[in-house]
Amino acid sequence: MKVVLHVWRQAGPSAAGSLVDYEANDISPEMSFLEMLDVVNERLIVRGEVPIAFDHDCREGICGSCGMMINGAAHGPMKLTTACQLHMRSFKDGDEIWIEPWRAKAFPVIKDLVVDRGAFDRIIQAGGFVSAPTGSAQDGNAIPIAKQAADEAMDAAACIGCGACVAACPNASASLFTAAKITHLGDLPQGQPERMRRALAMVHQMDIETFGSCTLFGECQEACPKGISIDTIARMNWDYLFAAATERQGAEVGGTG
Amino acid sequence: MERSGLRRFWDSSVGKKIVMGATGLILVAFVIGHMAGNLQFFSGPARFNAYSHLLQVDVIELTWLLRVTLLASVVLHVIAAYQLTMQNRAARPADYVRREPQVSTYAARTMRWGGVYLLLFIPYHLLHFTTGTLHPAFVRGEAYGNVVIGFQTMWVALFYLGAMAFLALHLYHGAWAAFRTLGIARPSNDPLHRRLALAIAVIVPAGFSLLPLSVMLGFIR
Ligand code: HEM
Ligand code: FES
Repeated sequence: MKVVLHVWRQAGPSAAGSLVDYEANDISPEMSFLEMLDVVNERLIVRGEVPIAFDHDCREGICGSCGMMINGAAHGPMKLTTACQLHMRSFKDGDEIWIEPWRAKAFPVIKDLVVDRGAFDRIIQAGGFVSAPTGSAQDGNAIPIAKQAADEAMDAAACIGCGACVAACPNASASLFTAAKITHLGDLPQGQPERMRRALAMVHQMDIETFGSCTLFGECQEACPKGISIDTIARMNWDYLFAAATERQGAEVGGTG
Repeated sequence: MERSGLRRFWDSSVGKKIVMGATGLILVAFVIGHMAGNLQFFSGPARFNAYSHLLQVDVIELTWLLRVTLLASVVLHVIAAYQLTMQNRAARPADYVRREPQVSTYAARTMRWGGVYLLLFIPYHLLHFTTGTLHPAFVRGEAYGNVVIGFQTMWVALFYLGAMAFLALHLYHGAWAAFRTLGIARPSNDPLHRRLALAIAVIVPAGFSLLPLSVMLGFIR
């Protein structure tokens, strides 16, 4: 099959970028989206042009490295699917495809489709450590965890930190990401001692990183390849409200990582 | 100097949004009560004027308490809306060439402009029916007659109906969003689904609209 690409090309962080058109001929519908880009890049290299830079690592939808706006949707048209797991059979012969990097002040473009997602690392860092004892593994059933809590924590922990929630949000808010991280520890007994401190610190860091705020458009949940629910945002806000109301000077437990 | 906890709460995007949701819910409760009270219009002049007398004379202290609460709510709500909107604009300085909204509702996307319309509507409405300043033939104590004469001017009635259309949209998103913002919504398999907010968004503006409509269509003169 043949597709026409409009790809954001930008030589460096402070260079001006623009959409550049490429015709991709002889593409197999069984190729993944990134394999299609690989083919385009090989041809660019043969022609002596600079290949399109994009992030990727596992190519099996678990690492969160890949991520790009495809036809105006984060990770493209397939629900619950990362860009690396998207296949060309999702497109028709002759389709035009727009490919852009994640757009947010907190995610500056490094080159072409590659953005710096260090802001996410700093939000996680602000969460600090969990004061659960390390050492030899505990008996699996020693800490009783309600089924509901275990399920919710597990669902939230599925977040791979790809940044699609920020990219899809009209406000460029990192609420879904931060809420997922707050929920997956906050739901478990091991996460309780630092739960309040963590909510305050992570929300604070999210603001420092210049992300937008949540207006519950719901776009993040739709874009999330792991199906994280906006229920986690309600959970984050509740923890934040509770933490702010009960906050006392000098009563902080735990520390930053 | 240490900033106070309240100040830090307001300065955080989540805290500010919680203020917005809480004040929004106060306003939702008010519009429900206001609409229900207004329906006494259809019980005739005696009943409606007596209701007006109750609020304006008999329990005027309570009315003032309500006014102060509502004013404070609107002010906080609007300042929070403005500041968060500016934060959100700044969060994406370079926009996409192409971004396709997937699930966001028309209501969610019109919260800001609809809010501006309501912000123009609220002072007009007070100067129209409460103080009478912008009313062609205002008579204190004659609430029924004031409403009938007020809505006989076509553009005025249309301006009110426009406000109710935006109120409907604002309530459809807001009355659902506020519970999630405050963290009191229970987990759901379909969090975007909203039955209660839909009911409020239909019933409240429809109830309000019956008054201008009945005068415009000549059922009440
Ligand atoms: C009749 C008066 C009003 C009522 C009943 C009302 C109610 C609400 C409620 C309940 C929310 C949801 C808060 C949340 O998501 O947590 C909201 C959000 C909002 N309101 Fe209002 N509001 C009113 C007037 C206004 C005015 C005058 C403005 C002027 C700018 C405004 C602008 C907004 C904005 C921008 C939002 C955020 C939208 C979002 O969450 O996506 N509102 N309102
Ligand atoms: S490359 Fe790892 S999730 Fe796509």
